[in-house]
Amino acid sequence: MIPASFDYVRASSLDEALETLSEHGEEAKVLAGGQSLLPLLRLRLAYPGTLVDLGRVEELRGVADRGDHVLIGAMTTHYEVATSPVVREHCPLVALATATVADPAVRHRGTFGGSLAHADPAGDLPAVARALDMEFVARSPEGERVIPAADFFLDYLETALDPGEILTGIRVPKLGPGWGFHYEKFHRTAQAWAIVGVAAAVRRSGGAVEEARVALTNMGPVPVRATGVEQAVRGADLGANGALRAAAERADEDADPPSDLHARPDYRRHLARVLTHRALVAAAGAA
Amino acid sequence: MTEQLDAGVVARQIKESDVLGGPGGGREVGRARRRKEDARLVTGRSQWTDNIQLPGMLYVAFLRSPMAHARITRVDTSVARTQPGVVAVFSGQDFAAEQGSLPCAWPVSEDIVIPDHPPMAVSEVRYVGEAVACVVATDRYKAADALDAIEIDYEPLDAVTDMTAALDEGSPKVHEAGNKAFTWTFAQGDIEAAFRDAAVRVERTFVQQRLIPSAMEPRAVVAQTDGDAFTLHSATQIPHILRVMLALTTGIPEHKLRVVAPDVGGGFGSKLQVTAEEVLCLLITRRLGKPVKWTESRSEGNLTVHHGRDQLQRISVAADADGRIRGVKVDLLADMGAYLMLVTPGVPLLGAFMYSGIYKMDAYDFTCTGVFTTKMPTDAYRGAGRPEATFAIERIVDELAAELGMDPIELRRRNWIQHTEFPYTTVCGLTYDSGNYEAATERALALFGYDKLRAEQADRREREDPVQLGIGVSTYTEMCGLAPSRVLGSLSYGAGGWEHASVRVLPTGKVEVVTGTSPHGQGHETAWSQIVADALGVPFEDVAVLHGDTSSSHKGMDTYGSRSLVVGGVAVVQACEKVKEKAKQVAAHLMEASPDDVEFTRGEFRVRGTGTSRTIQEIALATFAAHDLPDGFEPRLDADATFDPDNFSFPHGTHLCAVEVDTETGATRIRSYVAVDDVGNVVNPLIVEGQVHGGIAQGIAQALFEEAVHDADGNLLTTTMADYLLPSAADLPAYTTDRTETPATTNPLGVKGVGEAGTIASTPAVVNAVVDALRPYGVRDVPMPCTPERVWRALGQARTPQSTDGGLS
Ligand SMILES: Cc1cc2nc3c(=O)[nH]c(=O)nc-3n(C[C@H](O)[C@H](O)[C@H](O)COP(=O)(O)OP(=O)(O)OC[C@H]3O[C@@H](n4cnc5c(N)ncnc54)[C@H](O)[C@@H]3O)c2cc1C
Repeated sequence: MIPASFDYVRASSLDEALETLSEHGEEAKVLAGGQSLLPLLRLRLAYPGTLVDLGRVEELRGVADRGDHVLIGAMTTHYEVATSPVVREHCPLVALATATVADPAVRHRGTFGGSLAHADPAGDLPAVARALDMEFVARSPEGERVIPAADFFLDYLETALDPGEILTGIRVPKLGPGWGFHYEKFHRTAQAWAIVGVAAAVRRSGGAVEEARVALTNMGPVPVRATGVEQAVRGADLGANGALRAAAERADEDADPPSDLHARPDYRRHLARVLTHRALVAAAGAA
Repeated sequence: MTEQLDAGVVARQIKESDVLGGPGGGREVGRARRRKEDARLVTGRSQWTDNIQLPGMLYVAFLRSPMAHARITRVDTSVARTQPGVVAVFSGQDFAAEQGSLPCAWPVSEDIVIPDHPPMAVSEVRYVGEAVACVVATDRYKAADALDAIEIDYEPLDAVTDMTAALDEGSPKVHEAGNKAFTWTFAQGDIEAAFRDAAVRVERTFVQQRLIPSAMEPRAVVAQTDGDAFTLHSATQIPHILRVMLALTTGIPEHKLRVVAPDVGGGFGSKLQVTAEEVLCLLITRRLGKPVKWTESRSEGNLTVHHGRDQLQRISVAADADGRIRGVKVDLLADMGAYLMLVTPGVPLLGAFMYSGIYKMDAYDFTCTGVFTTKMPTDAYRGAGRPEATFAIERIVDELAAELGMDPIELRRRNWIQHTEFPYTTVCGLTYDSGNYEAATERALALFGYDKLRAEQADRREREDPVQLGIGVSTYTEMCGLAPSRVLGSLSYGAGGWEHASVRVLPTGKVEVVTGTSPHGQGHETAWSQIVADALGVPFEDVAVLHGDTSSSHKGMDTYGSRSLVVGGVAVVQACEKVKEKAKQVAAHLMEASPDDVEFTRGEFRVRGTGTSRTIQEIALATFAAHDLPDGFEPRLDADATFDPDNFSFPHGTHLCAVEVDTETGATRIRSYVAVDDVGNVVNPLIVEGQVHGGIAQGIAQALFEEAVHDADGNLLTTTMADYLLPSAADLPAYTTDRTETPATTNPLGVKGVGEAGTIASTPAVVNAVVDALRPYGVRDVPMPCTPERVWRALGQARTPQSTDGGLS
């Protein structure tokens, strides 16, 4: 398909980008890797008057170790995130999940910030953001604010970002020692989106689960934090047959799964339980 | 095994030396030559239709119906005409007087209903995506933008998307004459007796889901005129047939119309069509006197490239207690979609004769009803009719084996035609000339490690492993080399099945071959060069193959149905023979010998028993100079040949598939896949290997991934590749392939065709494997594609048979 015509501005700095955005108001949209936005334009599902390209805004790109957290610039590509030694060392769950996004071509263009700002519930990163309690740093002409992951995802493709605001970076808290991680993605072809995904982090001490964080991909209009599982799994004896499975049975408690060509809701609920169990086992095993 | 392999059959795998070494024994045929066209194709130094730019060219964009069924009550193009860059806007009304009806060349029965099929809808639309108007503008973006400004009012009519519902008394009618296009029947032997006397009867209903052919190159058309003559470039498989059909449809005289298929990036049958866009682009160019171009987008293509399969198959088999098959009964509904296109109604007939597969039986009964629905028309898609037939028979043979508690291989052995029984006339009336099912199967079993996998399967069943192993068998044969013209005539097809070739030796001894086949990925330039190199004793590099342009290749029947080598390749051989005869006359004359004393080996004419010889290159130059030729000899070293086969060819093979099915998630993973194909003699093993790999991928895609889905209103839901899932290399296993070679006896090359084999064979192998994995749970079928959700629901239903919650439509 062919997109409708639009104006194109390539910003060379964050300030210039913010200025251009405020000039054009609601008509303007930020262009990051274009891997989600361009398909929308081509299918004529979006008609922005102006695209503000962040591709040359160097200050938005890169990974930095900030002591208690890792700061990932919004324009860092999936490839850069997945292969970053800092990310791999301090937030392996991010690296694991990012490596499952689409295919190498998409991972070289699509960005960490773009994925999160797009807030597609089938995207792999929003659930990871919820599981790890990431913080979103946003800039507008008025200044900077920080939005916790729990407040960031509002609805299907909708975030707490204002139209004039740009996501500049994401803070990923370091969880410290003793944690194991796993991202369990269920999809039909290698390149396809998750039908259901489970992001899990488990801290164990000895043979028992001390603490766990679990969030689900594509089980509702926003990523779902499976708090029921987190409660149930606390103290679970890893040697006891069925303890993790029993906890995983609560995976879909707070979910509102969609119905589409690849899965109807009852099947998604079933998958969420099975995959949560597998993710817990893998994360606990890797701890 | 050795005994069977000794029966004139050799198992072969490609060896490094085949690719790199010098021609073994000087022969080109049989060498794994790298394809000479590939350097051009993979580096983009090629011309695709969309690359063509002409001075003053305009661009066409089509407005497509958003309704599956509606009356057009008002069309207003006035605003669209005023949009920037817009040169013209047309609706169906503008073409009504001249656009005619898109052709159907296969009226399968006397009473078939062939509805009028205007290229652009005039008063009624019958599927989502049907063209209702178009914009012609100075670039494709302006053309696309202006579509939004066309106003069309529709009065909605009821859609009908389901074949069974369409045949109900009260169903909405797609056409005035009703929803039944035709019924076609075929019967041999006493089917009543076969079923009455049988100890076992098994009946199943299989759904051949609707598929969307996805060629790498989208369809594209460029039309131009210099006044009264027209040239149409199109990404088509059938430039020759297209020219004839367009002449008949548009009234442009045949000699004033040139059709060119430049390099074409795949078709799989989807470009075996006379499309609305081709006709309309010609009409627009005729109106405006300017060249025009149209290239579809992928989502436009998903809507409007003709679709494939979409059949509902009820099949039953009757057998004795020892497994001997007595008879097969087939009752088929075939979804035509809204109209009959080029060979739409013929597709199920191409399968009608293949439901007996490789098996002997007493009786066969086939009924097929073609049904209209408000969906995109269906037509040929890789295998066309034969994959459907092969799927049904191979699936039900596995079901019969389960019913009898017999190993599926053993059941097949008891029923297949023995290699000593060829030629064999099947219950369907086809005469299979050659084959060796024993040899291919033994080889496949050995490569697969059948017994070991069965042992692992038993172990997993015993342990109640959540991941179960399934083994699927497919011992297929297919009917290739379309086709003997007389047979096509007897089936009411509108044309013949011959093929044409011209071979000319140029003054410097280089050779040009003009073929009537129209390659779009098959590598004819390479294979034909190998054939000619052997026939005329010239180097492989000295042969050029011309194709696809009706002004240089004046005669042909084009490429589909695994026919090119089996029919077109033979025409090349025959033309070479004639050239060689002519050259021999000249050589004998120059060497002052009698032609009877001249022998020809590897490009040299030699007087028997002497040292005197002339090369074919010397003869070429002498013929060009024409100073000293035999009396009355026409100074030309060229010849034409048209070959019309006496019979089809029948490749066969044994495909074995092992899958692991995760019974918790429903996910299927192909663990191993073995294909042993017998495609007769092989001209180029590398090309054969490529065709087999691609074919298997496409067959697996039907088994596990692809499905066109419509909602109840007739909207296609799978318009993008995010929804219509094509597997990529990452989703497919590595294949183990091998061949047995039982030469065809019906053509001088001994070849059988390989274009569709993989697709035909693999779908049942995979689904048989999935069902085999789940059989202990009581599952007897999983509808295609066997998605994780479908597998999960099948398991759920089998566990609680009374539940009504499962089952996708
Ligand atoms: C074939 C294919 C398969 C895919 N499969 C997957 C998958 O399996 N899993 C997955 O998670 N994703 C998948 N994706 C999406 C991919 O991850 C994209 O990269 C991502 O969704 C968007 O990132 P982007 O940088 O391309 O953003 P863009 O497409 O450029 O932008 C997306 C949206 O975010 C806004 N935006 C971007 N950056 C900012 C910013 N800094 N501040 C404010 N707003 C911003 C844009 O305005 C736009 O609305 C797939 C994409 C494709 C094309």
